[in-house]
Amino acid sequence: MQEIRVTNYPEVLVDRPTHYCPGCQHGIAHRLVAEALTDLGVVDKTIAVSSIGCSVFLYNYLNLDTVEAPHGRAPAVATGVKRARPDAVVFTYQGDGDLASIGMAEIMHCANRGERVTVIFVNNTVYGMTGGQMAPTTLVGQKTTTCPGGRCLEREGAPIRMSEIIASLGGTAYCERVAVNTVKNVLGAKKAIRKAFQYQLDGKGFSFVEVLSTCPTNWRMTPVAANERVASEMIPYFPLGTFKDIAATEGA
Amino acid sequence: MSERVFLKGNEAIARAALAAGMRCYFGYPITPQNDIPELLSAELPKAGGEFVQAESEVAAANMLLGAAACGVRAMTTSSSPGISLMQEAISYMAGSELPGVIVNMNRGGPGLGDIGPSQGDYYQATRGGGHGDYRTLVLAPGTVQEAYDLTMLAFDLAFHYRNPVMVLGDAILGQMKEPVTPHTPARTADPEAASWCLQGAVGRPGRIIKSLFLEDGALAGQNTRLAAKYQAMEAEVRAEQFLVEDAELVVVAYGSIGRIAKSTVRKLRNAGHKVGLVRPITLFPFPSAMLRALADQGKRFLTLEHNLGQMVDDVRLAIRTVADSAFHGHLPGNLPTPNDFEAPILTALGADH
Repeated sequence: MQEIRVTNYPEVLVDRPTHYCPGCQHGIAHRLVAEALTDLGVVDKTIAVSSIGCSVFLYNYLNLDTVEAPHGRAPAVATGVKRARPDAVVFTYQGDGDLASIGMAEIMHCANRGERVTVIFVNNTVYGMTGGQMAPTTLVGQKTTTCPGGRCLEREGAPIRMSEIIASLGGTAYCERVAVNTVKNVLGAKKAIRKAFQYQLDGKGFSFVEVLSTCPTNWRMTPVAANERVASEMIPYFPLGTFKDIAATEGA
Repeated sequence: MSERVFLKGNEAIARAALAAGMRCYFGYPITPQNDIPELLSAELPKAGGEFVQAESEVAAANMLLGAAACGVRAMTTSSSPGISLMQEAISYMAGSELPGVIVNMNRGGPGLGDIGPSQGDYYQATRGGGHGDYRTLVLAPGTVQEAYDLTMLAFDLAFHYRNPVMVLGDAILGQMKEPVTPHTPARTADPEAASWCLQGAVGRPGRIIKSLFLEDGALAGQNTRLAAKYQAMEAEVRAEQFLVEDAELVVVAYGSIGRIAKSTVRKLRNAGHKVGLVRPITLFPFPSAMLRALADQGKRFLTLEHNLGQMVDDVRLAIRTVADSAFHGHLPGNLPTPNDFEAPILTALGADH
């Protein structure tokens, strides 16, 4: 029987098994980045900045020039890259511990300066690589290995909504929160990521896409249950949508 | 450009970096080195380069890492507390084999210390400073002209070895004004970097610049390569010798203190005392062979530092099988004068005073 491919993946996406756990949505996010760069025809002028966490191995799956940043520092490294190579398309790919905890200063100031870079922020409400500790985005009541009784609002504070914060900064041109839990949402995420890179190419300013994502292993859930949790628990607290779009406000 | 100009040490460093073709500068305000970012904020954009005032020294050093990954000449400058914050990125740069220039205008510590001169960061500078087992090349200017020349050299060495290079001055050198003869170096860019730097993967597989080596044996291989590189840096060793030939006592001192000690040595020579000076200009690599050769001639040693005693360890290691070094530490918080070093030198000489 002849093999019929019903879909193709972009060449920049390396054809190899990933180290990600079953049901993890990093793979979808990687693919959407790969598709956006391919659609825009900028693969060979792109420089990726990988971060610390599960996605440190981004460079194993995207065939791009890549530099590995210390934990949380990817937006600073990306600033250095973009200033050195203003014609390059520069993006960081960061998790929620990396970006919203240890790297809070770097992301805020990179956005505020309006660096012409794109940040793909994968929020799965937990530290994945180190074994499921509480993240700044962990939902109230959510159990992790460092809040075994569930995150307590009085003790640990409320989960941080990054897109809302990033949208408030002057240098941000585009800021959107998406999910990849349904086909419809994947298509929306694809559009947002592509738009974020387009804004960088147009020199509009800093662009940011938050991708709500699963971590079945550290959530102690099946992939199906984890995917359902995105809709039932995450989206109600982290609403999807566009938080800033300077083209819309400019009427462009 | 042979005209002499009157410059502060900090200005000399900024001007040397401009002349050396620096494309990117990242910094955060801290005394006593603010003249450097202030001058560069105006002059670097005029020269077509990028100046960024970072949100912290942590960010500044990581911006340096990013620019270095692109193979461009880049620099950050700070002073002791800020240099502590940069150690994370410096370690990553060493592990990722990235070239960059880091200037430390050493101030008093520990903690917030003061804004006056100190040599308290010798250990931090010469032992890597951050986590992991690595070294940075360390250049220690003693005059404003040397600050200019060594800053230029730092860019060449950083790219030659693909390694961070530190210029270690202090609050004296940064604030002191002296005549300088500016010049243009032979090299102001590093086209060889095209073989490893990030430009976008055009017609080739993507390049990965990283310090993570998880595969079996990979980190051992990387550390072996780094060790060989640090060994090769021995070729860069530099030191000034002053009146050592017939000296009975060799004073060893670096940077501003070496310069002050030179005045003391000159004065004591005029009084008939057989004293000389070795001023290490590279602190890593350290001029061990030179000191050992002097020790073999039967000379005695006194190390003078503006700290509790740090470089004296390296002096003692260099001469350990044949001699020892006395030590005098002028503690940070006090500004030493040539007179302050007279008594310690005479004591080490065994002379009456």
